Amino acid sequence: MLNYTFDWSIITSGKYFDWLLSGLLMTLKLSALSIVLAFLLGLLIAVMRMSHNRPVRWIAHAYLEFFRNTPLLVQIFFWYFGSYKILPTVINDWLNETGFEFAAAAIALTIYTSAFIAEDIRSGVLSIPKEQMEAARSAGFSYLRSMQYIILPQAIRITIPPLVNQFLNLAKNSSLAMTIGVMEMTYQARQVESYTFKGFEAFTAATVVYLVLSIVITSLVNLYNEKVLNVHKAA
Amino acid sequence: MEPFFNFSVITDNFTYFMIGRFPHGPLGGVGLTLYLAVVSCVLSFFGGLILGLLSISRFPAVRYPALAFINLVRGMPLLMVIFWMYFLMPALFGKVAENDTVIMALTLFTSAYMSRIVVAGIEGIPKGQTEAALSTGLTSWQVMLYIVLPQGLRNMIPSFVNQFVSLIKDTSLAFIVGVSELTHVATQINNRTMAFPTEIFVFIALIYFILCYAFTSLSRWLEGRLSWSKAF
Repeated sequence: MLNYTFDWSIITSGKYFDWLLSGLLMTLKLSALSIVLAFLLGLLIAVMRMSHNRPVRWIAHAYLEFFRNTPLLVQIFFWYFGSYKILPTVINDWLNETGFEFAAAAIALTIYTSAFIAEDIRSGVLSIPKEQMEAARSAGFSYLRSMQYIILPQAIRITIPPLVNQFLNLAKNSSLAMTIGVMEMTYQARQVESYTFKGFEAFTAATVVYLVLSIVITSLVNLYNEKVLNVHKAA
Repeated sequence: MEPFFNFSVITDNFTYFMIGRFPHGPLGGVGLTLYLAVVSCVLSFFGGLILGLLSISRFPAVRYPALAFINLVRGMPLLMVIFWMYFLMPALFGKVAENDTVIMALTLFTSAYMSRIVVAGIEGIPKGQTEAALSTGLTSWQVMLYIVLPQGLRNMIPSFVNQFVSLIKDTSLAFIVGVSELTHVATQINNRTMAFPTEIFVFIALIYFILCYAFTSLSRWLEGRLSWSKAF
């Protein structure tokens, strides 16, 4: 079989451990920032998608279809390599000073994820009985105010599990940021591999990190489903 | 003054974007993207079917390893799976072509997701069907093969098409190990010309969009066509 000597000590201490740890922190930072922004943007798009104004609805629909049907990697490349032509000079200057890799990755992840979140929020809203909206409107609330005070607070409660899953997807998708040089988990694992030729250990470390992340998050979702929404998994 | 956008970089390299150096060299561009997606899709159909059936087996010794593998792969980013394959395949099988490495990674990854579709499809068939078939004297394998799967698979078709759309998008990651599919071709041309990144990446985004949107629409249409079967 394999002619390979394992040496786990290189990833459990010293320089390479620090690299991997900083990668993990970068993954978490990128994912946390992007999920908050993606949620806000997704909420906006979802409300636009359900609007009674045809052009507004159509814009939201085009946004959803376009960003869901193009690869995230291409979107990352677009923002990293190609966006300077369409962004104002002020923003370009600011981005060049603050480190464009991180910003480009965050923008791409935010927009990509917001399209999926918008659909999750929309199905949450559609599960709220139509009479609620009708009652709110006849009580004198405007469309937006009915959404804000009546529909969304209920819909968000049901939408939390799919949103948390989107966070998990986002954390995994953030690995693509390595292609433009963001030093996140996968980047650092690759880096350790090329410095030490200990690919097996380095990739195992990264895999374990992603797995722990997904097990923890999935368990939290199951707990929320059981305790808050009282949904029990069919045996 | 130069025009703001210059799409000559697209028209000049159009054939290269579409098929790479084919027929004088290896297939690349959109052609290779579709090749990778189709081959991986067919393989992961069978992979997903096998994994799905194993994961609902009566025998814990079969069920748990299958479930562990499915959850392992679903917990990992695809990029990680590609790196694992890129690193493991040569160690196990000697020299392996990059295309095959990527097909292997895409197949493993997608099979894990397909297996969930297969299980959902099987569980969607009413229990009475299985019971009726068993009582006519068929063995449980025959019930699965002749009664449950033919109906279940039919309901799974829209989900399979959606997986194919994901696969088209996922093939872009093959770029990382140097497979010259569409995204790789785009970065190549971008590095060579330097001046037109916006045009290039908008163009390939549109190509991916057209491919994916066509299949997404197909899946929605199929869902409408097949929905009568939910009547029973």
